[in-house]
Amino acid sequence: MSTPAAIVPAVEREDYLNKEYGVWSWLLTVDHKRIALLYLASVTFFFFIGGIFALLVRLELLTPAGDLMQADTYNKAFTMHGMVMVFFFLIPVVPAVLGNFLIPLMIGAKDLAFPRINLLSWYLYIFGGSLMVHCMLTGGVDTGWTFYTPFSTAFTNTKIIEAGLAAFMAGFSSILTGLNFIVTIHRMRAPGMTWSRLPLFVWAHYATSIIQILGTPVIAITILLVAAERLFHLGVFDPKLGGDPLLFQHLFWFYSHPAVYIMILPSMGVISELIACFSRKRIFGYNFVALSSIGIAVIGFIVWAHHMFVAGISLYAALIFSALTYLVGVPSAIKTFNWTATMYKGSIRYDAPMLYAFGFLGLFIVGGLTGLFLAALGIDVHVTDTYFVVAHFHYIMVGGTLMAYLGGIHFWWPKITGRLYPEGWARLAALIVFVGFNLTFFPQFILGYVGMPRRYYQYPPEFQVLNILSTAGATILGLGYLLPMIYLTWSMRYGKPAPDNPWHAAGLEWTVQSPPTTFNFPQEPVVTWEAYNYDEIDDVHPHEEAPVAR
Amino acid sequence: MFTRTRRPPLHDSAATAHHAAHDNPALLHHFAEESQQRNAASLGMWVFLAQEVMFFGGLFCAYLIYRLKYFGDFGAASQTLDIKLGATNTIVLIGSSLTVVFAVWAAKNGRRSMLLINLVLTLILGCAFLGIKAVEYRSKFVEHHVPDLGFHMDEPTHIPGHPDIPVNQRHAEMFFSLYFIMTGLHALHMIIGIGLFLWLLIMAWKGRYTPQYNTPVEIGGLYWHFVDLVWIYLFPLLYLIDRHP
Repeated sequence: MSTPAAIVPAVEREDYLNKEYGVWSWLLTVDHKRIALLYLASVTFFFFIGGIFALLVRLELLTPAGDLMQADTYNKAFTMHGMVMVFFFLIPVVPAVLGNFLIPLMIGAKDLAFPRINLLSWYLYIFGGSLMVHCMLTGGVDTGWTFYTPFSTAFTNTKIIEAGLAAFMAGFSSILTGLNFIVTIHRMRAPGMTWSRLPLFVWAHYATSIIQILGTPVIAITILLVAAERLFHLGVFDPKLGGDPLLFQHLFWFYSHPAVYIMILPSMGVISELIACFSRKRIFGYNFVALSSIGIAVIGFIVWAHHMFVAGISLYAALIFSALTYLVGVPSAIKTFNWTATMYKGSIRYDAPMLYAFGFLGLFIVGGLTGLFLAALGIDVHVTDTYFVVAHFHYIMVGGTLMAYLGGIHFWWPKITGRLYPEGWARLAALIVFVGFNLTFFPQFILGYVGMPRRYYQYPPEFQVLNILSTAGATILGLGYLLPMIYLTWSMRYGKPAPDNPWHAAGLEWTVQSPPTTFNFPQEPVVTWEAYNYDEIDDVHPHEEAPVAR
Repeated sequence: MFTRTRRPPLHDSAATAHHAAHDNPALLHHFAEESQQRNAASLGMWVFLAQEVMFFGGLFCAYLIYRLKYFGDFGAASQTLDIKLGATNTIVLIGSSLTVVFAVWAAKNGRRSMLLINLVLTLILGCAFLGIKAVEYRSKFVEHHVPDLGFHMDEPTHIPGHPDIPVNQRHAEMFFSLYFIMTGLHALHMIIGIGLFLWLLIMAWKGRYTPQYNTPVEIGGLYWHFVDLVWIYLFPLLYLIDRHP
């Protein structure tokens, strides 16, 4: 279509978004950036579904009596909430969206090493997700997201096989993403991009990928064994057939505890980028932050039995796993202290991504420290299967992962879409999320400590005040999540066009145009600088004039 | 002459100009040079195999725990497996790994007919393995050793070496549950391997592999060796431990 040059002043630059149009240009794309957007849409969809189940659970718990739903329905509601959120939101969210989009850009590559495997992993995710939705619509599952045997293999008559297969496919999607990242980070770095110059986001994803490769196959085989026992009565876990349910718990948590680090490590990578940029400083102790990611990945594999302290494991095993669990706090603390030290004497700006990073720090510290309570054998026995545990892991998984994801989405939104988001609304949303989150989950610490068990749909009336606070918080939190969905979607069309580097941030991804072209770099970049060289950047651009829209 | 079968990448003008320098059409758009592509593919297969080790690892772990827990009953049940067929299958698979090594060597040295012969031999040995396995499965059906299908194990009646302790049928049934899951999963990997090698054979027939470009043969070989290796562990674990003549 040709238009007179006098009317259209500038020719629109070609980028990965306007290069091709049409459904098939998306469904058959092998461009890592488009696949990241496919994931962005699909994880948002599943977040919405999981969120609806969360609201149903919170609504039921508004009153002590079981009035909104029956016990069976309630069991299915919290199970579907857990399964959708864990397998279809928290595990893929940061790696598959931000990691997919950014890793090739950050290391100076044209794409991931295996672009078509990348697309395959999205299709596996979608097939698994469709199966999960099918499972929901035809009756759901009531085992809790943990599939504990023998209930799951011999007693419940809900859709275990379908849900297991859905998790199995999501698992292989996750494995393929991890495989792609490991090979990409090893083999696709631009000249001069040494390991010690990699952004910490890339280091965090490398550590995550190791867990995805070594942990996920174990849950895959475990789910197959559950399916075999349920379908063909092949005795593995059912004590009636000679099996041992504890073995299931060991195999399940061998993956599912490291899975928590699949959720949190990429988020820690995001936080490192945000804090360095908005403090205008190189990350304090770069090597320690980088290696602590690997440390978390390694130690994370040998702490799983702390989920089983009351399940009948030996006291000596429990002592050892308790000690090892304390150990995993060390690399996490190294990160937190180093982020804090980075901010010390930095020129801090309070833009929305940084507000999310602050939120992350606060919530992660609460979640992490209560994790140490749970690592202590005595306290764990007291609070096992209470709302204390629920509050603890929501502080890590929602307060940690989701805050960092939202911060990262805002930070890189100009690069992803070529548009600026409305900063005022974004700051408001960050504030609402933080307040809503704490109102939802802090009362649950108290509830759990005074004895309210999880997974019950009724409770004694004296717990009602705290439960009302929690449900009220969930409503505010829901609003806080809806806001970014609305204004970010709005900004894709109406936002101000973004410059290539709106934050004057360091990193190769900011040296290319916004949005990038299909092959990212006009020429292969040659890296001659360290990561986070904010001193040099600020010599060129005095930072007060950052051109972000107010 | 080698041509690529992959869908052409979405070229933009800069990248096309950049890639005009490549004269190897097997080189994908996002790699700078052939060695980078080869190393990426090879590392990708190694990482995939690491994943496979953990996949089978969970299963082996479950088997070993029950093997120790119900040592006598599992030992008795393992007596019923046909050690001659198992040993033959082990030799067949090791032989197939040898032909795979020859195939990779032939591909790297441009020996087309040797490559074709060894790929065919590998396929024949792979199918022979599955055939022998099928014979073994059939005899298990005939002897009612399949769990949940009217399972009962008549012989041996007592734990080997302990004529006073009768075999617990339930635990023997568990042995066969794990036997079928483990060998079945291995057989599934064999079938996938055979599919992979059929594809390699077609491509080799078309002359796609040259001394410059033979990565698919190499990483296909890695996969085959891995599946072979799984059997090398399965055979002693299932057939040989505490075996009495």
